[in-house]
Amino acid sequence: MVARATPAHEAIWRILEGVSDPEVPAISVVDLGIVRAVHDEADGLVIDVTPTYSGCPAMHEIEQAIVGALNAHGVTGARVRTVFTPAWTTDWMSDAAREKLRAYGIAPPGRTSDSALIPLMRRGAPVACPFCGSRATDTRSDFGSTACKSLHFCNACHQPFEHFKAI
Amino acid sequence: MTAGEHAVLIHLDEAQRADLFEYLLRLGDDRLVLGHRVSEWCGHAPILEEDIALSNIALDLIGQANLWLQLAGQVEAKGRDQDALAYFREAIDFRNVLLVETPNGDFGDTMVRQFFYSMQAMLVLEQLQRSAHTSLAGIAAKAYKESRYHVRHSGEWIIRLGDGTDESHQRVQRSVNDTWRFTGELFEADDVDRRLAAQGIAVDPSVVRDAWHAQMSEVLATATLTVPNAGFSRRGGRAGKHSEHLGHLLAEMQIVARSHPGATW
Repeated sequence: MVARATPAHEAIWRILEGVSDPEVPAISVVDLGIVRAVHDEADGLVIDVTPTYSGCPAMHEIEQAIVGALNAHGVTGARVRTVFTPAWTTDWMSDAAREKLRAYGIAPPGRTSDSALIPLMRRGAPVACPFCGSRATDTRSDFGSTACKSLHFCNACHQPFEHFKAI
Repeated sequence: MTAGEHAVLIHLDEAQRADLFEYLLRLGDDRLVLGHRVSEWCGHAPILEEDIALSNIALDLIGQANLWLQLAGQVEAKGRDQDALAYFREAIDFRNVLLVETPNGDFGDTMVRQFFYSMQAMLVLEQLQRSAHTSLAGIAAKAYKESRYHVRHSGEWIIRLGDGTDESHQRVQRSVNDTWRFTGELFEADDVDRRLAAQGIAVDPSVVRDAWHAQMSEVLATATLTVPNAGFSRRGGRAGKHSEHLGHLLAEMQIVARSHPGATW
C-alpha cells in the first residue's frame, strides 16, 4: 500500500475510495491499487495514477472520474498525473478488495509469484470458482472481456466465470 | 490516444536526444504496425475465444505503441504527439521491422509471426526494465508483463498446431519456413542501439539473439517442428525501406485522421 501523508490528504483518499472502476464497479480505483500518491505541488493537488494494462481503454475515463469526484466534493484544480514506475501489479490489491471481486462473481487474482506464465502448456493450481468455491475448473482462455481478465469454466456448478489475472 | 506525463529524469544532449528518438520510434512502430495487423482478425478468428484473445493482444500492442510514441514525441521536442507520429508520417518514416508488416495469412502464419516477435520483445523488455532512463524503464516493465502472455498464447498455439493433425503440422511448418527470413532483422543493431546501450539507456537487440534461438527452438521441438537453417535474411525496415504491404496498412490506419484532422471521438 501507499503512504497517506496528512489529514487533508486522508480526506482526498476517502473521496477516491468512492470512485469505481468503470469496468468492474464492485471495486474502487483505490482497491485496484492504481492510485499511487496524493500530493501538493505549486500548481495544485496532484493525484498520481498508474495504468493497469498499456492499452486499457478505461484509463481515460478513470482520470475523468477522479477529477469529477473531487470537484463534486468541492476540491477543484486537482490534476491526474500518469506514472509508470513502479509498474502496476495485482499484488497491490488488498484482501478486502479481493473479497469484493469474488462476491461480484469474478475470481480474484492469486499472488503473482504463484503464476508461472512460462513454461508453456502448464498451469499452476486451478482458479477457484467464485460461485461455488470448487477448484474443479478449466482455463478456457487467458484473454477475456477486458484486458485484465481471463475466461474459465467450473465443472462442479457448470458456470463460466472470469478471473482477474495476476500480473 | 490519451495523454500522460513522463518524468525524464536524466539530462540528454542533442545527439543523445536524436538517438533516443530513433530508438523509441523503433519500439513504437513495431507495436503500432503489429497491433494494427492483429486487429484485422477482429470478427474473423476461427473461434470466439480466439477473436477476443487477438483483440486483446492488439489492444496491448497499440497501448504500448501509444506510450512509446508519446515518449518519442516528448524526447524529440518538436511539438509532435503520439497521434502526429502515428497518423501523419509516411511509410518511409516508419522504423518497424519487416516481420510485423507481413500480411496475416492463415491463423498459423499469424501465430508464428506473433511468437517470433513476442519472444524477441519479451527478452528485450526484460532487460529494458533496468534502463537508466526512468520513463523508458517504467513503460518497459509494464509491457514486459504483457509480452509474457503473448509469448505463452502464441507459443501454445504453435505446439497445438505442430503436434496436432497432419494438415495442421504441415501448414504451421510452412508458416515457420516462410516467416523465417524476417527473423534476422529482429536482432540487427546499429550505432544508435550501441551508443544508447553503452549509456545504459537502451538494449542492443543483438544480445538477445542466442536466448531467443534457444527458447524458440525448445518450443518448436515440443511442437515436433523443424527449425529452418539460417539463410537469406530480409532487412530494411529500420531504415524505412518497407514492403508494399506497409503502405496499404498505413492507408487504412491513417485515412480517418487525415481526412478529418483534429477530429475527436
